[in-house]
This record gives sequence, C-alpha cells and structure tokens, in this order.
Amino acid sequence: MLNTGDILETIKMIQDENLDIRTVTMGISLLECIDSDIDKACSKIYDKIVRLAGNLVNVCNDIEKELGIPIINKRISVTPIAMLAAACPNDNPVKFALVLEKAANAVGVNFIGGYSALVQKGFSAGDEALINSIPEALSLTEHVCSSVNIGSTKAGINMDAVAKMGQVIKKTAELTADKNCIGAAKLVVFCNAPEDNPFMAGAFHGPGEPDCVINVGVSGPGVVRAALASSKDLNISEVAELIKRTAFKITRVGQLVAKKASEMLSVPFGIVDLSLAPTPAVGDSVAHILEEMGLESCGACGTTAALALLNDAVKKGGTMASSHVGGLSGAFIPVTEDAGMIAAARCGALSIEKLEAMTAVCSVGLDMINIPGDTPWETISGIIADEAAIGMVNSKTTAVRVIPAIGKKVGEELSFGGLLGAGPVMPVNNFSNKNFILRGGRIPAPLQSLKN
Amino acid sequence: MRAVITVVGKDCVGILAEISQACKRYNINIVEVSQTVLQDMFCMIMMCDISTISIKFSDFSEQMSLVGKKMNISVHVMHEDIFNSMHRI
Repeated sequence: MLNTGDILETIKMIQDENLDIRTVTMGISLLECIDSDIDKACSKIYDKIVRLAGNLVNVCNDIEKELGIPIINKRISVTPIAMLAAACPNDNPVKFALVLEKAANAVGVNFIGGYSALVQKGFSAGDEALINSIPEALSLTEHVCSSVNIGSTKAGINMDAVAKMGQVIKKTAELTADKNCIGAAKLVVFCNAPEDNPFMAGAFHGPGEPDCVINVGVSGPGVVRAALASSKDLNISEVAELIKRTAFKITRVGQLVAKKASEMLSVPFGIVDLSLAPTPAVGDSVAHILEEMGLESCGACGTTAALALLNDAVKKGGTMASSHVGGLSGAFIPVTEDAGMIAAARCGALSIEKLEAMTAVCSVGLDMINIPGDTPWETISGIIADEAAIGMVNSKTTAVRVIPAIGKKVGEELSFGGLLGAGPVMPVNNFSNKNFILRGGRIPAPLQSLKN
Repeated sequence: MRAVITVVGKDCVGILAEISQACKRYNINIVEVSQTVLQDMFCMIMMCDISTISIKFSDFSEQMSLVGKKMNISVHVMHEDIFNSMHRI
C-alpha cells in the first residue's frame, strides 16, 4: 500500500529537485538501407526513420502526462553512417547528414546521432570520407550529432585518426564560428564507445544491436544533492549508502518509462543508462553534489575521490533497479552543462588537468570544455590521445568533446544556450606535442586486452 | 489500475467539489482521500480507481491541470505505477 510519505517524496523529487528522464532514445538500424546509389539509400533512410519513430514523440508525451515526470529529450540513434557511405565511395556523405536532419524534423526529435565512424584499428571504406565531411555536415544541420571511435582496450589507439580528429574538431568550430562554434559541441571522439548509449552527442546504434530498440537515460543530480543536504552529519560510508538508495529510486523510474515506451511503441527495450546528467539549471549539478560532500569548490583536492565514490554508488544503486543496464552509466562532468562546474571553472578552481584525472573515475570524459580558439590542432589531438589512453588502459569509455572558441581567449565566455549551457574558455597547456602527433601509427592494445 | 491526484494551493470554496466533479465526469471512482489545511494552504492526496475511465489517461491528466489552473491551485495526476516502482521492490 502506498503511503503519504512516499507519494510526497516522489512529487518533491520531480517538482523541487529536477528529477526527470533525460532522454528516450530510439536506436534504428540502417543496415538494410545500404545502397550504391546514394539517393536511393537516403530515401530508404528517411522512410525507415519516419516509419519507426513517427510516433516516438507522441508516446513520450503521453508517458510524461501519465506518470507526471518530464521526459526532456526524445532522440534517435542510427547505424554509423560510415557503413552506408562505404557503398557509395564517389558521393559526398553530407547527403546522409541532410537526410537525417530532414527525418529528425519530420518526427520532431531533439537530436539524431550516428553520423559516426568506428576506426579504432584503422580506416575501412567510407570512414575517411565520412570523417572528412563532419565539419560540413555539422555546419549544415542543426539536429545531427557525430561521433568517432578512435581507440579501444582491444584494438589500441589509432593515432592517425587521433591526428585527423584534432583537425576535424578545429575545422568544425571554424565553420560554425558565427553560431558560437556549436558544431564542435555536437561532435565527440570516443575510446571504447558503447553501442547502446542513449546520450548525445555520442549516441549511435551499434552493428550488434537489434533492428530497433528503446534506450533510456535517467538523470537526477538534484535529487542526490538534496538527499545529502538533508543528512549533513553522515560519514562517508553512510553517504555512499544514501546515494545508492537514491540512485535506486531514480533508476526505477527510468526502468518504468523504458518499459512503458517499449510496450506502447512495440519496440524491444534495450537498456537503462544509469547516468547522473546535469543541466545548467540551478539545483541540477553534479559539481554541487561533490561540494555537498564537503568540498569548497569542485576541483579542490579530494574531488576525484568524491567523484569516484559518487560514480560507484550510482552504479551499485542503479544496477539492481533495472533489468538491463548499459550505455555510459555513471556521473557526467560536462563543464558548460553544469552550473557548479561553470562556477568552478570561472573562479579557477577547476582546470583541464583536474578534469582529466576525474575522467579516470567517472562516466565519460572531457566533456563540453571551451578551449582558446587559437589552440593548435595538434594540441587538440594530444588531448584526445591522453583521454583515449585513460580509457584504453582502464577498460572504460572515455571521450573528448572540446569546443575551440574561435576568436576568443582564456577567460572569455562562450554560450550555446539550452541544455548545452555556457562557460568560460579554459587554459590549455601550450607546450608543443607536434612531433608526437605527426608520427601517426597505432598505440598497441595494452596487456589488459589479453583476457582470453 | 489506480492513480494519485495531488492538490496543493490556497484554500478556497469548492476545491473538493471541482476535483470530485471532474472525476465523476470521466467515470473515475475516488477510493481514498487524505486532506489537511495547514494555515490557509490546502493539501490533498486522492487515490482513484481509473479502470473504468472514459477518456485517455493522459487527456484526463491534462484536464485536471486545467481545473487546477482555473482555481489557481496546483493539481497533479500521476499513475500509481511511478510510486510503486520507486518505493516497492
């Protein structure tokens, strides 16, 4: 039997503490749309997306009203487009981006991800053409997101791709300089990219996935912070327990929404991604959870330990609450999307080096960081290589989503608006790594990969 | 199938009447009501049986928030599933 306390707790979480479902993402396989005639392929892509996802937004709106919980984003992820581009080597892959944009507009989703290539071991047909077309594709579209996997624990790190992505990120920012360099905010470089991630910009529908699937990403940093705020005298073991209990409740809602969406759309349920995803809204910050644990500002000594505890407790609590867990699953630390991180970066408490250390113990990587517009592309490649190395050696997903703020210097602000937020341009180590990056080749897979 | 209706707002004449009339209009049976007035704030939690509801549940939820708006109070309708999922294993 339900009691009043439980009912009021749930309502308080939703109304006062920003509990929401961050995203319902429909994964759609486009393998059957491969065609050597790019126009035919594009028309098959459009038809398939509209057929399967035509009702996605309406169903999510209905669930929102039924359960009384906001579903912030409705998204689509598709098969990495490089696989389709491989069949039409003489055509410009940007056509695929344009058709994805058209389909996204037709079904009314917030983002469509999958303008992607998986090149951890090397480039196959279609990969290079797609990667070269990313700056143009992201500058011509609004809803399309792109990702490239350049390394994995099993394959090592493709340093040729690392070098290329430094250039691609810079060029993408340059081409969208008049729109606050937003193109680079829709592009992420991965090591160990998950195939079922519902979060953008890195969502794509892996080749091992079913034809169509529903993945759900939960949120709720505000709920965790509020729970900690009301229990100030707990020791660290008790803090971990409290976060576990809270994460369990948050994830149960994600599981329920996933189940309902899957039934209503007649599409199999894939995974719940147990992530704490912040937004720039006050009270929805991962950094504030760390500060609630006793840090003056996120970035202070002890931040990595606090984040490790948070990340682990979220996973332990969430795992039991869902039948299938996947995606990125952990705490996100995107700088411009998190009010506490923005404040810490502005006051100088948080540096890129500290963020890099934090990525070793949390969900993803260097995320939504504004860097000076004159940062050489080799330096961006160096940032990618460092981050990928952390992921490769620790058998975890890491990623880089940095935004070169064209025409801006350290301390100036870059604002994207909406969930992408705003933040200061952060300083980057300026010593040259040019000769290292220009060597090319592949970092061999580490010993950790030899598990058989 | 049950739903929880929560009503919070400044107390005035007819809150209970408006809410229960809306329930009757859509063939919803009120099973249990818990209600208090703290100073002049009206707080009510209503458990309803929605198995015989005559419209789509999401439309009912929308209708109830309109009723709330009209009376300047906040009315939320939520399916009991969300509470059961969150608080029961």
